[in-house]
Order: sequence, then C-alpha cells, then structure tokens
Amino acid sequence: MSQKLLLSAKEIDIILHRLACQLIENHTHFENTVLIGVQPRGIFLADRIKNILVKDYNLSDVKMGYLDITFYRDDFRRGEKPLEANKTHIDFTVEDKRVVFIDDVLYTGRSIRSALTAIQSFGRPTEIELLTLIDRRFSRHLPIQPNYRGRQVDAINQEKVKVHWLENSGEDAVYLISN
Amino acid sequence: MSELSVNHLLGIKYLKKEDINLIFETADHFKEVINRPIKKVPSLRDITIANLFFENSTRTRLSFELAEKRLSADVINFSAASSSVKKGETLIDTVNNILSMKVDMVVMRHPNPGAGVFLSKHVNASIVNAGDGAHEHPTQALLDSYSIREKLGEVQGKKVVIVGDILHSRVALSNIFALKLQGAEVKVCGPKTLIPKYIEKLGVTVETNLTKAIQWCDVANMLRVQNERMEISYFPSTREYTQQFGVNKRLLDSLDKEIVIMHPGPINRGVEITSDVADSKQAIILDQVQNGVAVRMAVIYLLASKIKQ
Repeated sequence: MSQKLLLSAKEIDIILHRLACQLIENHTHFENTVLIGVQPRGIFLADRIKNILVKDYNLSDVKMGYLDITFYRDDFRRGEKPLEANKTHIDFTVEDKRVVFIDDVLYTGRSIRSALTAIQSFGRPTEIELLTLIDRRFSRHLPIQPNYRGRQVDAINQEKVKVHWLENSGEDAVYLISN
Repeated sequence: MSELSVNHLLGIKYLKKEDINLIFETADHFKEVINRPIKKVPSLRDITIANLFFENSTRTRLSFELAEKRLSADVINFSAASSSVKKGETLIDTVNNILSMKVDMVVMRHPNPGAGVFLSKHVNASIVNAGDGAHEHPTQALLDSYSIREKLGEVQGKKVVIVGDILHSRVALSNIFALKLQGAEVKVCGPKTLIPKYIEKLGVTVETNLTKAIQWCDVANMLRVQNERMEISYFPSTREYTQQFGVNKRLLDSLDKEIVIMHPGPINRGVEITSDVADSKQAIILDQVQNGVAVRMAVIYLLASKIKQ
C-alpha cells in the first residue's frame, strides 16, 4: 500500500479560506443560510468553515447543524458490514432556508443523494448547495456536482482519498492511497 | 459491536449486554428521528412485517405498528379474533400462509409461553416476541431500561423494585433479566401469593413490605394486577391490595429522596398507583410510551439489517 500527499496543512488552510470567501460572496450575512455538515466526516470541515466565517470575517450569526444519512442510504442490507448511525443535530427547521451541505469528499454522489432526502425531514429549503473539499472526478454514479470545491482529484476506483483532520487524526492532510 | 448477536428477539435471556447497548444507541438516533417535523425514514421500504396478535393488545400493537411505519416497512395486521385460528388452523400453518405472501418479519403476541421460540424453529422469518403468556415481553423490558437510562444516566448500580403481580407478569421476568444483565440491583415486592417460588434464583430479593422496598429503591416499576390471568383469588380484596401495595403521594412524600415511578400500562388508577402519583413529575409513564416507539424501531431496524437480500 502506498500513499501520496495530495494536500498539505498549509494548502488546506488556503483552500478553506477561499471556500469561506466564496460562501460569503453568495450568502453575504448568512441570515437566511444554514450550513449542514454531513456525518460522519463532513462535520470537521463544516466546523472549520464556520470557525473561519465567525473568527476571520466576524459573521456571528451562522447557523450550523450535523446531518446523519444512515437511515436514508440506498445500500441498507447490501453491504458486508452493517451500517452504523451517527448523531443528527439540527435544532432549527430549514423551511425557506438556503442550505449548504458540507462534506469532505464527493465520490459517487450517493451520500449526497441520501442527504437530499434526509434534509426534507426538517422542512423545505428554498435551495440546496454543496461544498466539498475533494471532488473525485469521473467517479459519479448520480448527476450531482459541487457548487464549491476545494480540489478536483482524478483517482481510479481502487484508490482511496483520505482526509485527515487535526481533530481526529492529529494532522491536516489529504492522502491518495493505492493498494 | 455493530450488529445483534441474535436473528430473532425472543426474550431478554437470549441477549448479551452488548446487544442491549447497541439497541439503546440505535434507539437514541430513532428518538431524535421521531421528534422531527417529518418522523419517517426510508430504511425498511423493502421489508414487510406481519403483526400477529393472538391475544389482545392496544399500546404494544400500536407502538410496533407505528415503529414499523416510521421505518417505512409495509405492515399487515392480524388478530386472532378475526382469523382462521378460530376455525382450527395451527400456529405454524397460520404463519406459513402469511409468510408465503413474502413477509420478512413477524411480530407476535401469543397467550402460550414459548410460542415465539417454537415459531422461530419452524418458519423462515425473523421473529419478534411481543409477549408470550407469562413468559417474556422483551421490548417492554428494553424500553423500561432505556427510560431508566434516560432519566438516571445509567442502569448499572441502580436499585429497582418491581411491585405487584410478579407471578403472572411477563414484564417482570423480562425486566429482571434486562436489569440484572445491565448490573442493576433488583427487588420484587408484592403479596406472597403473587411472587413465584424460587424467584431468588434469578438474583433478585423479595420484600413483602412496600414501604421498606420504596425506601430502598431508586426506581419503582408498578405492575397491574392481572385479574384476567387469575383463576383463583390471590388476595382478599382489591381494597386490601391497594392498602398494602398501592403507591400514593403520602408514601412518596415521606421519603428523603425522589424516586422514579414507572408503569408499563394499562394503569388501574387507585389500585396499584394513585392518580396524583401517576400524573406527578416523578412518573415517567408517558416517556416510557414514547421511548417504546424508538426502542421498537431500533429492534426492528437491527433485526432487518440481518435479513439476507
């Protein structure tokens, strides 16, 4: 197994600031916008983006929640391993809100498809956008594309893109892992 | 652990502690789901569940049905009163006829102890025991423990007294198994005639003085006297039963602590528990009902995840 560094901590930091600025361009004061981190791995990215918006750009009123998609997935009873659920934490409705889904890697698009169904339990948003750190091109199973992307990566199906965060892995880095 | 060690839920005695933990963690997620504006998830849209009730039930049947519908399963209901059972059909024939309509899971309540175990050996479907005679009622015990965990943080080390008709109660037996498995201390309290011989062998102690039992406990689970299962008289009168084993506000106020009052329902107000106790903030009876849906969703979801495609 070999792994190649795709993004270093410094590159990730620059990208996160750029993504935050792109969000501000489209959402200005965020009074009608909610950020939704997609469980399990999107929540780290969501936290980081929110922190940048609050600390670096003084946007104090940014609403954020975590959405778990386990019970909405289309591979229930299809995999070798049982699906394990995570916590959903959304203490507001998304009725008439502009929702931004945040996930670390966009691969087949199936997780986002599940998230699109799951979010309906919290109301009818006026629009939904997608922000992702890594966009794996040419791997999509569904017609889903990000509105904000950190880096586009061409990887074959046998390869894995692994995002490490300081919070859960001790470093900020993105690796391409091949067998 | 991410899956159950069993393919059926026949009784608590077949479960491990890890199974209970997994059910509770999954139920936490479903409790959040059923408090959303839209309380439904699509997980089980390709699963069909038959609710077979060979004995009367209101809240358990409704709770199971709601849990199944919240998970998007297709549901068919059957009650013995309006079925071919009255025409002499055997249990296996009845169930196999239903299963031939491509049913994946059976939730069954039956007056005979062991009916679920028997069925699980003869039919090809996942079986959930919703009460079999005076034997077990596993989902009730799970939701009771879940409610204690929710109210007091954990079940381990807690002192729980089960008061009332222990002899005829499947809720008592399943609760004893569940509470002991999780490390609680359990006492049973009631008239001697309604406490089974040798019950101490299950690791519980017997107390016939309600005041002493209540002073000892953190949680009191009050059971109904099951007159419908009694062929003889086990105590002189309902009034005398209430005087000795009914919990009232005066008794609770005399304690130097606030205990949790539980009841699996249906309540006979003024018999085992007075109205002011049943409606007090110490009683978590309605929380138990809400938790019942979440716990049953968890059980059904986890068992369904083991059904092969």
